[in-house]
Amino acid sequence: MSAAHEYSATGMAVRTAAILFVFVIFFTALLSAAYLWTKPAIEASATAEKMKLIDEVLPRRDYDNSLLDDTLDLPATPELGLSEASTLYRARLAGQPLALVFETVAPDGYSGKIRLVLAIRADGQVSGVRVIQHKETPGLGDYIEVKKDKNKARPWITQFRSMSLAEVTDKDWKVKKDGGRIDYYAGATVTPRAVSKAVFKAAKWAEANRYQLFSSGRAAK
Amino acid sequence: MISRDEFKSIAGKGIWTQNSSVVQILGLCPLLAVTTNAVNGVMLSLATILVMAISNLAVSALRNFIPHEIRIPVFILIVAALVTVVDLLFNANLHELYLVLGIFIPLIVTNCIVLARVEAFAAKNPPLQSTFDGIFMGLGMLWTLALLGAMRELIGAGTIFGGIDMVFPNLHPIQLLPESYPNFLLAMLPPGAFILLGCMIAWKNWMDARAAERSRLKPPAPVAMAGTH
Repeated sequence: MSAAHEYSATGMAVRTAAILFVFVIFFTALLSAAYLWTKPAIEASATAEKMKLIDEVLPRRDYDNSLLDDTLDLPATPELGLSEASTLYRARLAGQPLALVFETVAPDGYSGKIRLVLAIRADGQVSGVRVIQHKETPGLGDYIEVKKDKNKARPWITQFRSMSLAEVTDKDWKVKKDGGRIDYYAGATVTPRAVSKAVFKAAKWAEANRYQLFSSGRAAK
Repeated sequence: MISRDEFKSIAGKGIWTQNSSVVQILGLCPLLAVTTNAVNGVMLSLATILVMAISNLAVSALRNFIPHEIRIPVFILIVAALVTVVDLLFNANLHELYLVLGIFIPLIVTNCIVLARVEAFAAKNPPLQSTFDGIFMGLGMLWTLALLGAMRELIGAGTIFGGIDMVFPNLHPIQLLPESYPNFLLAMLPPGAFILLGCMIAWKNWMDARAAERSRLKPPAPVAMAGTH
């Protein structure tokens, strides 16, 4: 920098720009190299993580197909609260439809949307529900997450397991406060109400579209 | 390379006299959002220590090649690129740790404490000193955030070490106040963080003022006592 006074104004501008350019090239190259080098490992763990989440809603021993490859691209589906395209996974046992695994969104959480993943069996039963993302109040409404639920033996979200539209009526598929049969913790009703409603809607949607969802071509081209 | 006194001075500044959270009051955005419990505060700080040590080291090593006029864009470039590389490497090779620490790394890329230390220290000092500065600034953040998180969690929910099971799956949070404690939501929300941080700053200033008072009184000059209050 002590040598800078030897340059004219234009010369200095060019020199500074050149140095900045070299820095940009170098660090962009570094980033690209790191990205390319880590890509396979990151993708592998992303797949493993996806499977881990799916395993929570649908036991792996129940189906025998390669679930992650038997997918259907869902367009934005207002019935499920999905404003963007998402992927639906299809589990089969010996070629027969077994369950659908897909995402749904409860739009009316206490503070914004609650993203859920759930599996609905071909007979209409809910196999399991998990929360993927939410902004509910910490320590109050966040018991919808298994990790945050103080009841470790029977976390709140597991009560949807085995519920089906055939057995639970529209009226019962609500939190107890609204006259239904779903438990909730006092102090936070809005959150469980939103989740229950979303699961109900998802079960209805799956029932109405089951045949089409299982039979339509891969990746719905 | 580095003298004992220099090391002590860097450590003292980072941990106490120039503490990033209660003296420089920098990097509050992730600080207030994340410290709803002590575990989160500690995790965020660990990620910050890593990021600050690396970015200080890199900037310090390159400091003689960076023209003064464009130092800020270059600093940002270096910090952002290195943090992203660290993030990718973590994700690929230390996935378990990444799941715990990884969510905090993106919060730090834009944290002004990183840029502040790069600009104020690493750009003017040799690599070893700069790395230590990054580490100790992070350690200063670590105890403040752990304390802030612990207070928020205790007042807000009556527990301590909430979220520890995310880091060590077989440990559980400890319920300090009775189960019937009505959660105090304010402490869990950002305004509560501001209020408690304010209390911590006041406490730190009070400690310093008391220490200054003592050191002024200690010399054997009892006559001077009349003039102080």
